[in-house]
Amino acid sequence: MILDLQLSVSDWLALFNHFLSLSLLAVGGAIILAPDIHRFLVDENQWLTEQQFSSSIALAQSAPGPNVLFVGLMGWNVGLNAGAGLGGGWISVALSALGMLISLLGIMLPSSILTYTTTRWAQKHRDNRGVRAFKLGMAPVVIALLVSTGWLLTASHNDPMRDWPLWVLTLVAMGLVWRTRIHLLWLIGSGALIGALGWV
Amino acid sequence: MPEELPLNRPQSKTDLFWSFTILALQGFGGVLAVVQRELVERKRWMTPAQFVEDWAVAQILPGPNVINFCLMIGGRYFGLAGALAALAGMLAAPTAVLLVLALAFGSVADLAWAQGALRGMGAVAAGLIAATGIKLIPALKSNPVGIGVSATIMLGTFIGVSLLRWPLIWVLLGIGSLACGWAYVQLTRQANAPKANP
Repeated sequence: MILDLQLSVSDWLALFNHFLSLSLLAVGGAIILAPDIHRFLVDENQWLTEQQFSSSIALAQSAPGPNVLFVGLMGWNVGLNAGAGLGGGWISVALSALGMLISLLGIMLPSSILTYTTTRWAQKHRDNRGVRAFKLGMAPVVIALLVSTGWLLTASHNDPMRDWPLWVLTLVAMGLVWRTRIHLLWLIGSGALIGALGWV
Repeated sequence: MPEELPLNRPQSKTDLFWSFTILALQGFGGVLAVVQRELVERKRWMTPAQFVEDWAVAQILPGPNVINFCLMIGGRYFGLAGALAALAGMLAAPTAVLLVLALAFGSVADLAWAQGALRGMGAVAAGLIAATGIKLIPALKSNPVGIGVSATIMLGTFIGVSLLRWPLIWVLLGIGSLACGWAYVQLTRQANAPKANP
């Protein structure tokens, strides 16, 4: 399941460049870039296997931390494949770390610079009517987007006969977060346990 | 209500780093629900209304939302160094955990219980995100957009994104710009109104 790659310096640069160019397109989260990353890494260059691609997303989604780390994990796997082409061992570890660094830096550098400079400017002009109108007008849109995200994640399990326990679990978790101050880790842990026992 | 008590602020860049490390490590299936719980309800660095406004900006600018958010918050209190401290907190520990998981999970990924655990965690995470949205709705009460118009905007956005599956960018440009335009009109009206109740 690991590929044997021979990556040149220009290949690494192409990888960096691809993520750099995607960064500013990631409106609403890096996950919307997944189809394009798939096209580049799996279809065109074959630097990553189909299985490595999908398990990178699944793992990063379920692990703690920002979901954008799935990009870093893909870079890690590309490095792993390149290391296997060079005999593996410590070279693999070094190339994996390089792949991860390049990917994360590429995907975050342009958007972070833009965010930092824009929000510093907006903070300085926070009493400006246009800035206030933007934040206040967007507030209801953003709240609806949060509820929609929960909806879309649930609706992706779309077989009522099989998936109804999953929907019940989502609803119960939603009710508990909304109405109680129970620690979120208890909920996630219970979800993992219920799932591992095969109840959902 | 939390709004009535005075707000706190991060004590130092180290405080920022650890605060974001701790909340990132709790963020299974996305950090957003934890950000709201920790920064608004527990640490009280911001009110729910401020959180919605800041989150709106983080969401609309390109790039990962929570990364944008931690850059904003860090930058607000301690400038560039603060932004970098918050960013490092958000990324360092979760990356290490993810690599350990990737190495460990490789051998059990195909087992039924591991698949089931992921399904269960995913379902809970969906509930957490939706509940975070619902909990923020009361923050709109003080919004000059008005509760009726806000409800209409929310309903329209939800239908567009969830049911009609419009691309996000068109929802933001379409409904979003209408909403901002309306907010601008309301702010202008407020500013021009005679100060009846100061």
